[in-house]
Amino acid sequence: MKLHEYQARQILADAGVPVPGGIAADNAAQAKAAYEKLAADGATLAVVKAQVHAGGRGKAGGVKLVRSADEAFAAADGMMGKPLVTHQTGPEGVQVNKVLVAAGVDIAKEYYLSITLDRATSRPVMIASSEGGVEIEKVAEENPDAIIRQHIHPIAGLQGHQARTVAFKLGFTGKQIGQAVKIMMKLADLFTKLDADMVEINPLIVTPPDADNPDGKVLAIDAKVTFDDNALFRHKDLEAMNDTSETPAAEIKAHEFGLSYIKLDGNIGCLVNGAGLAMSTMDIIKLHGGEPANFLDVGGSASEEAVTEAFRIILSDSNVKGVLVNIFGGIMQCDKIARAIVAAASNVGFEVPLVVRLEGTNVEPAREIIDAAKADIPVMQVADDLTDAAKKITDAVTAAA
Amino acid sequence: MSILVNADTKVICQGITGSAGAFHTKGCLDYGTKMVGGVTPGKGGQKDDNGLPIFNTVTDAVTETGANATMIFVPPPFAADAILEAAEAGIEVIVAVTEGIPVADMVKAKAILKSDYPNAKMIGPNCPGVITPDACKIGIMPGYIHTPKSKASTGKAVGIISRSGTLTYEAVWQTGRHGLGQSTCVGIGGDPVRGLNYIELLAMFNDDPETDGIIMIGEIGGTDEEAAAEYIKSNVSKPVAAFIAGRTAPPGKRMGHAGAIISGGQGTAESKIAALNAAGIAVAESPADMGNAMASALGLN
Repeated sequence: MKLHEYQARQILADAGVPVPGGIAADNAAQAKAAYEKLAADGATLAVVKAQVHAGGRGKAGGVKLVRSADEAFAAADGMMGKPLVTHQTGPEGVQVNKVLVAAGVDIAKEYYLSITLDRATSRPVMIASSEGGVEIEKVAEENPDAIIRQHIHPIAGLQGHQARTVAFKLGFTGKQIGQAVKIMMKLADLFTKLDADMVEINPLIVTPPDADNPDGKVLAIDAKVTFDDNALFRHKDLEAMNDTSETPAAEIKAHEFGLSYIKLDGNIGCLVNGAGLAMSTMDIIKLHGGEPANFLDVGGSASEEAVTEAFRIILSDSNVKGVLVNIFGGIMQCDKIARAIVAAASNVGFEVPLVVRLEGTNVEPAREIIDAAKADIPVMQVADDLTDAAKKITDAVTAAA
Repeated sequence: MSILVNADTKVICQGITGSAGAFHTKGCLDYGTKMVGGVTPGKGGQKDDNGLPIFNTVTDAVTETGANATMIFVPPPFAADAILEAAEAGIEVIVAVTEGIPVADMVKAKAILKSDYPNAKMIGPNCPGVITPDACKIGIMPGYIHTPKSKASTGKAVGIISRSGTLTYEAVWQTGRHGLGQSTCVGIGGDPVRGLNYIELLAMFNDDPETDGIIMIGEIGGTDEEAAAEYIKSNVSKPVAAFIAGRTAPPGKRMGHAGAIISGGQGTAESKIAALNAAGIAVAESPADMGNAMASALGLN
């Protein structure tokens, strides 16, 4: 589960990480008022930022520097209710429903700081770099030596000496060190306490020195937090922060029925049991010259009703010109799928070619059901194996085009 | 021989009175697995529908039955605790079938297993389990598709290591069609943090005299397949065939499994296939060719 930036900043601020003032706004008038409030607190400029889950907002026009309340109004008005198209959203973009008006701060230097799971060691790892403000993947590619990694003990947590070492390596000096260490410790604490997938501050900045802060102040400017979906059962408060407006309706519907569905750009829908087999089915469609329209794993214990719903979801995508059913029954019984196909034929209706490949548990009764239904479902073909299935569906879709 | 489990393995089920636990306990019994009991706290002293004794704790079960393996169907919030309870009781083979365990719980459990119970071998979580054909099935896989070496027409058997359940069944079925048996099949699970991984199992299969070749099935996410490729190059003498699922998976999306995600440019199918190819391993282009690739690597085609 992803949070918006304004939510992530709030979580960091609540945990005691210094974050410049920021106010979320639902419309341009609120954005104007937000600017006025920040200005009253001493801000001389602000940034209006579109609150969407996708990255790459800056280049897409979703981040605007403003120097007055009227400019804040205009910037918010220009974003609100309109789609923002970034390199992560796809061509249709995502609609902006909220903006963050954040107080602008002077920056002397930018850093990168995050904590995530290191899968290779099964431990959390803190990743830091003195090259902040840019994508860390880019730094990793172009200047891998600029990335510092500090593993965190799963039970003991981040130790003070480890955080200090990282702070020194990043080049912090004087009073910056204590501030940076405090931020790292709080970030590590948050990571564990919230069952986070990732907590990221990019950039972490140092302000120029002033009379009160001869070494400058260390602040978190932009924050990203994602959570482990498997742990949300013990974080109802976080779950309540979930904004599903960017999730395709079909994916939400699928989730309600315990199906794992991801829409893709192709025209051959697939209905499969098991995530690995579902990915492989997409792959083999591509290998035979087709393009998969979706990933869909019905899982092992889906009901006939859920499988029927799966067909409904696949066929609701107007790009779909054919459907491939690939089931290797384990816990899932093939006859249940066969019955669901028959039910879907009458409840949903198949107008595009359908290829069915069934193997595994209860395959014999399933074949009987399919054979008996053939006359009623003229678009249906039965495949002997995976290759035969991929060939039949790609041929049928090509022939129909 | 085989790896991890054989006809003498005595198995309990943690969560035996839950619907999945009860269903698959019966499935394993029917297959011929030595199921010796189960654990559900608070139901100690009762018997399940098969007449198996139920215990309150794993330690009680081990003391009374001599169990040395467990299959865990405990719900996600309590599953990591169940794993550690099994380890504490001295169980050697811990098969965690449960899907949806919080990652942080597994990170802690894995660290504790490593430091305090180095002899415990955890398989999974979020996995179909482990099977040695005609000897011992621990998990949810359809038993009848498997063939022991003694019944394989080629007289050869392969070991299978996979992050995916149904894709493993596919590989089992395909190898069967090529006249190959299976020594042991291990589903290592679809989560990002898991117990036994490719390298440990490759080492076991390489040492197992019953195993003639090894199929490793990977998928997008993480870099374990790359590490395995490196290991195979210098440590595995037996023929290895591989398949990687997810060439068409878009980056940044979790493909069903919690661990199947390309993030930050890492974990792509291309990177894994390239690493395996560089190690001289036959990678099947198509998921329909896993059996064929294995047969070829064994010199049977």
